[in-house]
Amino acid sequence: MTQADLYTVAGGVLFTIGLYGLITRPHLLYKVLALNVASGGVFMVFVGVARRVPGPAPDPLPHAMVLTGIVVTVSSTAYALALAKRIFTETGMATLDSADTMEGGEDAAE
Amino acid sequence: MAEPELRSPLAVRAAALAISGGVGALLIRALLVLPKDEAGLAPLVKANLDASGVKNPVTAVLLNFRGYDTMLEIAVLVLATIGVLSLTIAHSDKWPTVAEHAAPALSALARFLAPAMVLVSGYLLWAGEHAPGGAFQAGSVLGAAGILLALSGYARPAGMTGFALRAAITVGFIVFLAAAIGDMLIEGALLEYPADHAKTIMLAIEAWLTVSIAVILASLFISSASPVEELRRRIRGGR
Repeated sequence: MTQADLYTVAGGVLFTIGLYGLITRPHLLYKVLALNVASGGVFMVFVGVARRVPGPAPDPLPHAMVLTGIVVTVSSTAYALALAKRIFTETGMATLDSADTMEGGEDAAE
Repeated sequence: MAEPELRSPLAVRAAALAISGGVGALLIRALLVLPKDEAGLAPLVKANLDASGVKNPVTAVLLNFRGYDTMLEIAVLVLATIGVLSLTIAHSDKWPTVAEHAAPALSALARFLAPAMVLVSGYLLWAGEHAPGGAFQAGSVLGAAGILLALSGYARPAGMTGFALRAAITVGFIVFLAAAIGDMLIEGALLEYPADHAKTIMLAIEAWLTVSIAVILASLFISSASPVEELRRRIRGGR
């Protein structure tokens, strides 16, 4: 197993951890964090894959994709956080539990 | 107000472990059987680097070979920012207060650092032509300077609301789109830069992208940074 493979596998493991967190954590802040862990895994996969090419220079194409991916992750995280905060502001709940949303929904509709 | 559950029931966790474990195992297996020493598209990038107008292959991919992706990505950034702004500060023309007043040491440090960060950002933008760097790195540093100033109690740009803010957020995408359409009219294909002016056009796009990315990142942070009570008050007040 080469060093590049190590990065690729570690990226896959990170993605798996993020996916597990996304499913099991009801709190929205944890879900956003889990998404970030998963995207970190995707970036590491790309960095590892870029190293597969022969020669000293890595493949520039995956690098460009990671670069744009990071910026998109930042903006989607900010949007997700703004949504979560708005949900908390309106309902007093930081989860998407149906019962909670129903209660809060009536409250906010006053 | 009930404390939200931090963990799911055991059955859900077991199912999630099975699903994510299965997906992860398949993913890692698929990644490991990828062919080794496969050159991919790297030789193609190398062969066409001279025609791209820049010497850094990553910049050539971002702004030239796959310029379409980068343009749509800026569109995503602009949309996300419009979304965040409409969820937070749209009801008022005032910026939320991030820090009332900063400690003297932080405020003095910010005064020293901010001009240096602007300089580094300009360097990164220029260096992107031949070395690691470019609009994204430059924009991130510039945006970080804005966040640092906000945290130090400085940035309350009274003029940066309404039209000026929206113009700064969208200018990068608009310039990119204008360049793409201009290329289509002159060269007959979207983002097919005229060979003699490729470098100039890419630098112009990147310069405006830097401005937009910096304002986008800073406003994403600043507009989300207000306490929930303030947000609640502002929403109620706007109705």
